[in-house]
Amino acid sequence: MIQPLKAFREFWPRDRVFDFLIPEIPPVLDTSHRVILYLEGISVSFDGFKAINDLNLYVDKGELRCIIGPNGAGKTTMMDIITGKTKPDSGIAWFGQTINLLSRTEPEIAEAGIGRKFQKPTVFEAHTVFENLELAMASDKRVVPTLFSSLTGEQKDMIDQTLEIVGLSESFKSRAGSLSHGQKQWLEIGMLLMQKPVLLLVDEPVAGMTRQEMEKTAELLTSLAGNRSIIVVEHDMDFVRSIARKVTVLHQGSILAEGNMDDIQNNPKVREVYLGE
Amino acid sequence: MKRLSFIFDDKLGIPLLIALGAAMIMVPVLNLMVPETNFFHVSTFTMSLWGKYLTYAMLAMAVDLVWGYLGILSLGHGVFFGLGGYAMGMYLMRQIGTRGEYGHPILPDFMVFLNWDKLPWFWHGFDMFPFAAVMIVLVPCLLALVFGWLAFKSRVTGVYLSIITQALTYSLMLAFFRNEMGFGGNNGLTDFKDLLGFSLLSDGTKAGLFAVTAGCLILAYLACRYLVSSKLGRVLAAIRDAEDRVRFLGYNVETVKLWVFVFSAGLAGIAGALYVPQVGIINPSEFSPLNSIEIVVWVAVGGRGTLYGAVAGALVVNWAKSYLTGALPDAWLFALGALFIVVTIFLPKGIAGLIRLRKEAA
Repeated sequence: MIQPLKAFREFWPRDRVFDFLIPEIPPVLDTSHRVILYLEGISVSFDGFKAINDLNLYVDKGELRCIIGPNGAGKTTMMDIITGKTKPDSGIAWFGQTINLLSRTEPEIAEAGIGRKFQKPTVFEAHTVFENLELAMASDKRVVPTLFSSLTGEQKDMIDQTLEIVGLSESFKSRAGSLSHGQKQWLEIGMLLMQKPVLLLVDEPVAGMTRQEMEKTAELLTSLAGNRSIIVVEHDMDFVRSIARKVTVLHQGSILAEGNMDDIQNNPKVREVYLGE
Repeated sequence: MKRLSFIFDDKLGIPLLIALGAAMIMVPVLNLMVPETNFFHVSTFTMSLWGKYLTYAMLAMAVDLVWGYLGILSLGHGVFFGLGGYAMGMYLMRQIGTRGEYGHPILPDFMVFLNWDKLPWFWHGFDMFPFAAVMIVLVPCLLALVFGWLAFKSRVTGVYLSIITQALTYSLMLAFFRNEMGFGGNNGLTDFKDLLGFSLLSDGTKAGLFAVTAGCLILAYLACRYLVSSKLGRVLAAIRDAEDRVRFLGYNVETVKLWVFVFSAGLAGIAGALYVPQVGIINPSEFSPLNSIEIVVWVAVGGRGTLYGAVAGALVVNWAKSYLTGALPDAWLFALGALFIVVTIFLPKGIAGLIRLRKEAA
């Protein structure tokens, strides 16, 4: 009588619950080894065209990294891989020590702390600057909590702080649609900051900006680094020189050179492919 | 006071609330208390007519919520209005009892005429008002939930969504035209006698219905106003302007759309239920695609994305319709078409936009 029951013993251990009953706890970001982003051996091809070819990239915590490269070098595809929009054919991508980017969806990656600013600014034009930041704020985004939500003092302070950081304190009541191109870019950076990202991906932030706006953007990005890591993809060499501590040159989907701006500019390979000499 | 700021933030909505509140009290009083010979007397005909317009205004507000704020151009809201109306009509049919032409205690006249021997299953329960009241909201909401879930989850948007809402209303019209459906075929439901024991023919009941309709419109306005001035309301407008961006911020766009669509359908259902006892009939023509398009014209004329504009648009256009169909019967459809063109070209923000412009100029 007891004997057949014994065979089932392992199905009712009272000190354990079934695996499927254990709620899945997403791993916490761990940057104890200083590195926040690992891309190793990443390759991806579209219809036979190798957009990324055995790419290895490491970004440190708090670093401000510039990525330059001619058109088609794979800059945007690289961003797509980090944010989960594109899945690579091979290679690994980790966010800190614990979070595997390749096994996560776009919203999960955004939730984990990677924010991305697209090239073309998209803000909610009919809303005020303040409301744009309010909508972007990290909060419970489900329907009913959103319906009954009201701003706490703390959240208001956070919006005010962000307004100050991106230099839009005075125009917080203006409609986002009435802002200048540069201001829209800053507003969008502000919206990203409201989500408290740990790693910020910024795609061509100064395209179409005036000289003054460019200087202000450079200031903004350098002031943001340190507390969070920032990857900037940019064409404008003057701008890159003004912010970069470390520059990575992409060419045909892999890394051509890496170092500070002076090294890069004196690197013969870089001069050949990028500066066309 | 701060909790009520959602009402007072909209300066132009307050005159509307006052007007509705005044109408709710004054019109029944002027109808019942003031003798017919007096200049201030409001005739029962006029009162019922404006009661009907008020239900249209509520329907227009439901459409404005999804079109003006969320950017979903629904050309099928007549369906939800019609279903709410049919639910009310079924209750009113069951109230007739033995007073029908054929005098059958349970079966409505048209079923006796079709030689049916028992009540179809979906007619059970409609003899009880609370059950009917629940169905008035539940049935439109359920249809909106299923339809919206299928449409939004598969990310059908823009003109494609508008077209399938037209198909929805057209298919329901064809279905309800069939006698076998059990809703009275093309004659629909009519010959109602009383509602909650009050005779529908008496002036007192009509005045009461008018007051209830105005009251419901006020409540619906307040509910919509609360919704659009909440953070969720800002999310709605954000979805209208840059849907992908909202998704990227971590909101579940499809779920938001679905619940607002369902809410709007519920409002339309209540409007339909208030419409039927005042008009005295509900038939499948309520589902005709043209009806649903007309609702959109009301909202466009009034000014979308304002709520009070939708109410004003529904009242003005329907008043004009009653006037013109009386004065120049053939001209109405031309007038409606011309109105839509003029509004689209010269007044993209409708009457509400015109008023705002005046205010800013002053």
